Amino acid sequence: MNAVLALALEEFREGLRNRWVVGAIILFATLSLSLAFLGSTPVGELKVSRLAVTVVSLASLSVYLVPLIALALSFDTLVGERERGTLLLLLTYPVARWQVVIGKYLGQVLILGLAIALGYGCAGLVLALVDAETAGGWRAYGAMMASSWLLGCVFAALGCLISALVRQRATAMGLAIGLWLAMVLVYDLTVLGLLMADTEQRLSAPMFSALMTLNPADAYRVFNLTTLDGSALVSGVGTLGAQSSPSTGLLLGSLVIWTILPLLAALFVFKRQEL
Amino acid sequence: MAESLRQVGHAIEVQDLCKCYRTHTVLDRVSLTADHGRTLALIGHNGAGKTSLLKILLGLSRPTTGHVRVLGQNPEHAQAELRRKHGFLPEHVAFHGAMRGRDVLRFYARLKRLPRRDVDELLEQVGMSGAADRRINTYSKGMRQRLGLAQALLGNPALLLLDEPTTGLDPFLRRDLYDIVHARRDLGAAVLICTHSLDEIEQRADCIAIMRQGKLIAQGSLDALRQATGLPVRIRVATVPGQARAVAEALGSGVDLQKVNDRSVHLDCLETEKLGFLRRIAEQPERVRDVEIQAPRLEQIYAHYVGEGKPQ
Repeated sequence: MNAVLALALEEFREGLRNRWVVGAIILFATLSLSLAFLGSTPVGELKVSRLAVTVVSLASLSVYLVPLIALALSFDTLVGERERGTLLLLLTYPVARWQVVIGKYLGQVLILGLAIALGYGCAGLVLALVDAETAGGWRAYGAMMASSWLLGCVFAALGCLISALVRQRATAMGLAIGLWLAMVLVYDLTVLGLLMADTEQRLSAPMFSALMTLNPADAYRVFNLTTLDGSALVSGVGTLGAQSSPSTGLLLGSLVIWTILPLLAALFVFKRQEL
Repeated sequence: MAESLRQVGHAIEVQDLCKCYRTHTVLDRVSLTADHGRTLALIGHNGAGKTSLLKILLGLSRPTTGHVRVLGQNPEHAQAELRRKHGFLPEHVAFHGAMRGRDVLRFYARLKRLPRRDVDELLEQVGMSGAADRRINTYSKGMRQRLGLAQALLGNPALLLLDEPTTGLDPFLRRDLYDIVHARRDLGAAVLICTHSLDEIEQRADCIAIMRQGKLIAQGSLDALRQATGLPVRIRVATVPGQARAVAEALGSGVDLQKVNDRSVHLDCLETEKLGFLRRIAEQPERVRDVEIQAPRLEQIYAHYVGEGKPQ
């Protein structure tokens, strides 16, 4: 366990030193603060709280941004060390291969957690100073932060898997970008296309919610649209999801499974590799 | 740090080691031993199997067949224990540029469960205490290599494995590096160095092993290899101008003369004939100005071995 901790701390320290941590915090803070202020303009007359609007708009941006940051942090976990020659060296130390993967992964997830907590947290703080909010609203904001982190965990795990699979950093980067496009954009467009083409309504509501649950990015989106009572009002998709939205447990379960499976796969692949 | 590392038995014992991949064999029935308190130089072309052998010794790769013992244990099974006892410097290693030298070393020390003060001591030893708090980005090649060496020396290893440790270093750094390594050897550590720098290792290795195409084709001390190859000793005689021919004739017939001109005579002879020739040369003090004897260099020995029965 000592080795896992050492590796996690080292990964975190590297993140600090190469400005990753600071960069991600600033990015998340800028984003959330600007949404918190700008987001309230269009709903000035609606009876929807500023916080609810922020939760929805932040969630719909995070679904693109958090996976991108997580992949950027993790895609070269192993392949980067392999290229620098430090992986070979690291494995001559009393460290098991699973400890390398898990330790580095924990370090990345720690960076993501810190960036989300501080970045989104400061917008939350500002909102708290400006408006009085309901406890339910804060619960939704907290759920949004926690689920954003979980989404980051999913894509960091996927990034680790990519980094274990390929032998070149450039290939890993290409795969990471492809994966991001596929899961965050193409999947949604495909489902949307299916719905449009489905004039005879063969695609049942349960099937639709299954499709939403299967993709972690959509699971995250639906989760954040349904946690907030008011958010169904401000989100167009919410009305669609409201008909048969999957339970929050199922949605979170999807995120957890999408974290565990890629990590296990990365461990499996890395364990069997010849260096 | 001064405690002796001397242990019983061979530090490395390899018998009939083979490593095959689907299409080719990288190690072919290699047998080799290395002892505590001695430096073994492993030389061979690129792709001769040196690094593959190192990886097996380090437990990073599995032998296809054969018997391997490192510090008396099987590297495949006793990984955690062995890995605290050996130090390794890979051929290409680039530590994270944004980190400071001291951070990197502390990280590795932590993995070996060593106290922090070992790190400071080692930085001092490799002459890096001044630069330890700078980012690695700013390091020269020599400083990076010193840091790499410091890393390999963590935990006072009983076995040091160095892959091309001096490539790209200036002569002073090379000497420093060998001094540090020899200090460890004199404490009883076994040292294995893979290298291409034959003239540099010649005087520094206690034992030399030559590899070619996955096979170990010779192993022994420099003297033993010289004798085994039967390569001639060259004697160069500088004479008083015009006397060279007379000197050559005085050496008798049947001499393997390589060159005779106005003022010099070069001849090749066997190690065993050397003294006889020297005596005869010394008998002509009025004609001879100087004598230079050159035993076969490692480079010649190496060429002799790897040149033998070349491409199949």
